[in-house]
Amino acid sequence: MSNSTAVIGVGQTHHVAKREDVSIAGLVREAAERALADAALDWPDIDAVVLGKAPDMFEGVMMPELYLASALGAVGKPMLRVHTAGSVGGSTALVAANLIRSGVHDRVLAVAFEKQSESDAMWALSSPQPFSPPLLAGAGGYFAPLIRAYMRRANAPDHIGILVAVKDREHALRNPYAHLQIPDISYEMVERSVMLWDPIRYLETCPSSDGACAIVLSERDTALSAGRKPAWILGASMRSEPTMFSGRDQVDPKAGHDCAAVVYGQAGITDPLAQIDVAEVYVPFSWFEPMWLENLGFAAPGDGWRMTEAGATRLDGEIPWNCSGGVLSSNPIGASGMLRFAEAALQVRGLAGEHQVDGVRTALGHAYGGGSQFFAMWVLGDSEP
Amino acid sequence: MIDVAVVAFAQTPMLRRAGQLNEVELVMPVVSQALSRAGLTIADIGFTCSGSSDYLAGVPFSFVGALDAVGAWPPIEESHVETDGAFALFEAWVRLQEGDIDTALVYAFGKSSSGPLRELLSLQLDPYVLGPLWPDSVSLAALQARSALDAGRFTEADMARVAARSRRDALGNPFAQIKRDDDPGVLLDEPYLVAPLRRHDCPPITDGAVAIVLASGAAASSASARPAFIRGIDHRIEPHELGARDLTVSVSTAEAARHAGVADGPVDVAELHAPFSHQELILRAALGLGADVVVNPSGGALAANPMMAAGLVRIGEAASRIWSGAASRVVAHATSGPCLQQNLVCVLEAGW
Repeated sequence: MSNSTAVIGVGQTHHVAKREDVSIAGLVREAAERALADAALDWPDIDAVVLGKAPDMFEGVMMPELYLASALGAVGKPMLRVHTAGSVGGSTALVAANLIRSGVHDRVLAVAFEKQSESDAMWALSSPQPFSPPLLAGAGGYFAPLIRAYMRRANAPDHIGILVAVKDREHALRNPYAHLQIPDISYEMVERSVMLWDPIRYLETCPSSDGACAIVLSERDTALSAGRKPAWILGASMRSEPTMFSGRDQVDPKAGHDCAAVVYGQAGITDPLAQIDVAEVYVPFSWFEPMWLENLGFAAPGDGWRMTEAGATRLDGEIPWNCSGGVLSSNPIGASGMLRFAEAALQVRGLAGEHQVDGVRTALGHAYGGGSQFFAMWVLGDSEP
Repeated sequence: MIDVAVVAFAQTPMLRRAGQLNEVELVMPVVSQALSRAGLTIADIGFTCSGSSDYLAGVPFSFVGALDAVGAWPPIEESHVETDGAFALFEAWVRLQEGDIDTALVYAFGKSSSGPLRELLSLQLDPYVLGPLWPDSVSLAALQARSALDAGRFTEADMARVAARSRRDALGNPFAQIKRDDDPGVLLDEPYLVAPLRRHDCPPITDGAVAIVLASGAAASSASARPAFIRGIDHRIEPHELGARDLTVSVSTAEAARHAGVADGPVDVAELHAPFSHQELILRAALGLGADVVVNPSGGALAANPMMAAGLVRIGEAASRIWSGAASRVVAHATSGPCLQQNLVCVLEAGW
């Protein structure tokens, strides 16, 4: 029923700790212009704009889509604002895709950003809540116990997280847009880095970044016209589950399983390990790679860490994960999910440069947010479904 | 396009202060009522979308907690807009156009009383040039009213008549917050709050929540005896910079109305999200509504203005006129941003 939809343009900024040379508008404009150039389109060609970002308090601007309407060429057009926690970059791409899949629009610009240097994200995430003990210090404080639970459940050895961190930081050296570039990265360097939230070390953690990402999506006629390299949407969906529910498995969330099942179903994927060539998955803390390998069906329960340990997720491995360096290397929070979706598109289009995997035909983009209760995913392919 | 109808609507009593009620406690009753009125449970719903703003609650991710009001287990397909819930309804309408699902739940909430609202809304402004001057929301609306008065678009007496009519109509709305029967002439004797706006020209500060159920195809006819079908829905945004806009008109509303097909037939009733009295007059002109159109029989945002929910309430109120048989073609409108910067227009009709 839904119309064929493709990614035809991708743009991103060089992610860094502080972009003091641009305003928020300048930051998003930079990514949007790059995406339009990649799509060989101009501002008037765009029917609608969708903007996503994580909490407005990160920059201190309430509903910044209002202020950014002019910078994003949205004046006189429909503009939508999405906010679904850390998964928002992915959700924003999905809302934009739905505008085309539904036949409402033909060409949509989706933009996501965070300028984290405007505030302190860790403490912005730790505001006191009524009736809740003030025990949290940022996302790491929330997720560390879940990682401990995974390690115990899967009987995983202590060093797996270090392997993920080294791998993603090595991948980042091939991506000029990645924030953290650590040329002499090594197992020993990660192991010696300070323990922040046991078992998460400093170098097993994502940075705070200023950055933006933009994607241009279109219907088939534009996608198939000369000079464009489309990445077709084969499957796309989102799933959410409650925060306060004793039946939740926060280590291996059902919403993640369900989201993957529906997206794989749409894309005709029955064996993700065999049928997906490369994956960009939201791994903000190293240990989430083995956890999501299992949650997304790439590994049997308890075996995710074995795949990581065997090197299967390296750029030259059986199923390369996060060849861009991932969230561990660049984390403009609101854009981090869209970067996963965009990197999946770059891989399918053969435009990932030094971190391109040979012969990619199918790629997964994944984002999650909140306390692992919000999920957004898409599977892209090199031929029209 | 697939025919999608508004089939159920529920709202909280609109209050100056909801006290210690949190988001879940505000949202849960209206979600339960709307689902029950449609004869559905959350398990039947294909897509859920909500609207709210973290800045009202003063915490990041305030919508995350609110999701607990829905009972999202097993996990649901769900999204959220950081603006008025009317835009969440648009997202749900788009999702329903894909045809693989036939129901959607939309809700919105705003506890506007939690902070100093007028100053808080200054944080919506461009953070480099305009925001640091801290013009508050009432002062910006006053600038707009002054521009329109100076341009001769209407008079202060016209504004007073809008305010008096809205609060008088609210006497018939059990959920409204401000209900009064005032003589417009007497209202003009009151002092200015921020000239040329008097207190009656401004909206109250309101806590409240709203939920709506959308359905298409057979699901629409089984959920409602007289579904209110969305015949057109569109939204447009204008520049944020006030100096780049003609504040005396609403070009984005006119453009959205054109795409939504407002002029394709007679309009019986219009529910307009006009927080300030003069904005109703600007919107009426932009929508091309004649003098015979009944505007805001609910009392509108001048009688209750729950931030991030008041626009979605307008769609529910407009649909209610169709369900009751009082109208067969209605227009609902929602706005976002200072001085009507962004506007959504929705045309609803009875029958298939």
